[in-house]
Amino acid sequence: MTESILEVEDLVKHFPVQHGIVFKRTVGHVRAVDGVSFDLRRGETLGVVGESGCGKSTLAQVLMRLEPPTSGRVRFHGEDVFPKRGRALQALRRSIQIVLQDPYTSLNPRMTVGDIVGEPFEIHPEVAPKGDRRRKVQELLDVVGLNPEHINRYPHQFSGGQRQRIGIARALALRPEVIICDEPVSALDVSIQAQVMNLLGDLQREFGLSYIFIAHDLSVVRHLSDRVAVMYLGKIVEIGTEDEIYNRPSHPYTQALLSAVPVPDPRVRAARKRIRLTGDVPSPVNPPSGCRFRTRCWKATDICAEEEPALLTRAGGHHRSACHHAEEQHLLPG
Amino acid sequence: MHQHQAFEPHLLEVAGLHVEFRTRDGVAKVLNGVDYHVDAGETLAVLGESGSGKSVTANTVMGILQTPPGAVTGGSVRYRGEDLLTASPERRRDLRGENIAMIFQDALSALNPVFTVGFQIGEQLRTRRGMSRRDAEKRAVELLDQVGIPAARQRVRDHPHQFSGGMRQRVMIAMSLALDPDVLIADEPTTALDVTVQAQIMDLLAEIQAERHMGLILITHDLGVVAEVADRIAVMYAGRIVENADVHSLYANPCHPYTRALLESIPRVDTKGTELRAIKGLPPNLARIPPGCPFHPRCSMAVDLCREVVPPLADLPGPRSSACLFANELVGS
Repeated sequence: MTESILEVEDLVKHFPVQHGIVFKRTVGHVRAVDGVSFDLRRGETLGVVGESGCGKSTLAQVLMRLEPPTSGRVRFHGEDVFPKRGRALQALRRSIQIVLQDPYTSLNPRMTVGDIVGEPFEIHPEVAPKGDRRRKVQELLDVVGLNPEHINRYPHQFSGGQRQRIGIARALALRPEVIICDEPVSALDVSIQAQVMNLLGDLQREFGLSYIFIAHDLSVVRHLSDRVAVMYLGKIVEIGTEDEIYNRPSHPYTQALLSAVPVPDPRVRAARKRIRLTGDVPSPVNPPSGCRFRTRCWKATDICAEEEPALLTRAGGHHRSACHHAEEQHLLPG
Repeated sequence: MHQHQAFEPHLLEVAGLHVEFRTRDGVAKVLNGVDYHVDAGETLAVLGESGSGKSVTANTVMGILQTPPGAVTGGSVRYRGEDLLTASPERRRDLRGENIAMIFQDALSALNPVFTVGFQIGEQLRTRRGMSRRDAEKRAVELLDQVGIPAARQRVRDHPHQFSGGMRQRVMIAMSLALDPDVLIADEPTTALDVTVQAQIMDLLAEIQAERHMGLILITHDLGVVAEVADRIAVMYAGRIVENADVHSLYANPCHPYTRALLESIPRVDTKGTELRAIKGLPPNLARIPPGCPFHPRCSMAVDLCREVVPPLADLPGPRSSACLFANELVGS
């Protein structure tokens, strides 16, 4: 029932840091994604949360094959995706699509909505024969809640929320199995955000889509996700069901992250215990030895500097966590 | 006691403020009668979505509204009873920074990239207080230290790009505090920051506000941040205040359909797996605000009367007010 459709194994993406203009030499690497493993099941939403610079968007780019990986493996329906070339790659691209964060820059201002949403059909003509495209595009606009008569309008004639719907229609055009949503609602206002989140939920049920939902807003991720992975400096530090991550987090970073989220209820503000993290996220060019979170962690001991904690289920826990001192903390709902 | 307070002018009071922008598409009525006030030692949150006029109000208060295209067409801004909109440019300049200071959302573009942060913090001290370069730098170190920048003595000679986002926001807070203002306007101070850093900056602002007994106007769209720090809230929609209440009453019993819908549209623990109650439609185009209540096309309670009458911001029981014809029915429901 819960077969995996995407398996990610030890995925690594390093970007070289170069000095010099003519003779470039590499002086180090930005370790954007540094050994990430997870799987995605059919019809589920995997939320990926983390602060800026933790590698969530790079992960999306690599999964989309927009960036080549440094190492690691990704299997889609059991088949390795990175060796694919040519026709096989094109078929793969049909199945995995992306919705980007910024609806203002991810749509070409000189193309009409019809051209934008219909462009995937140019590359994959087998999905919709030429004469049929206009009707298909109008169907898609209708599915995402836009007026099909607006097919000849340009992106600037739409509001932010409507543009995000255009982006979603484009991602749906090829009837993919997986959609990677990279911060799809963070540029939108609260009242519009709810509309787009509802749409994403409806589409998932209707088309049996699997989502990788990347966001920094923890309550948005909670609302939509079945499972959640928490990233810090290029690594997954904790992964589990929505209930496990939000109600029984065991990694200190997850606990701190959750405690920092402002709760929209003034009654709880006096009663809340906030874990104050000091300092900033270290540079991914030169991450700390051992556990990457140890420089900001209140539980850190000698072992944290020496040995990198593996992502596994620890004694007394029920889900995987990359901390030597993992301990489930039961949080009050709210 | 109450009598006495009634005569004492508020620290800062905005009343009936109207601002228009002349654009190619016509005149955009950005502010259509904004009323709010803040007293010493109090945090007022101005809550609203993009385009609701929160920042334009703040810029008008500070006297940094771009004119043209903007134009103030009515209303007043009073600081301790003194009308700022009719004050001379010299007087306004004297008050700016000295009495009313502002911090902005994007610290990177608000700071000058070619000067050290120490120079920028000290600039006001040199020009306004006649301090020497050395004294101004010394004071800048103290200020940086107060806002929690480690190794302030070394970092005072760093440039803005050498700081992280959260640290840059701290630099800007230090700069706003240099002349010891008693009103601080913070325009989305944490929107560009990560959640753990946001918590640090909000804690810092709350601390500084309490310590200096300042009036803090916090402009934000984040219902979570508001619940954590505000004493009172003014909710804005299409250039007007639609609801005004203390933080506890507002969350417990919102008395304007917009506030109510906004609170219902955010994901919470118990909304998991359900449809969010989104607000239908879009905020109005400010060049063509619908007649009557500007929220009526999106409101679930709207009746014919709402299309005709602009509801005034009317007082309700308790120190609160709402601009809805049916506000009295929403009280306690």
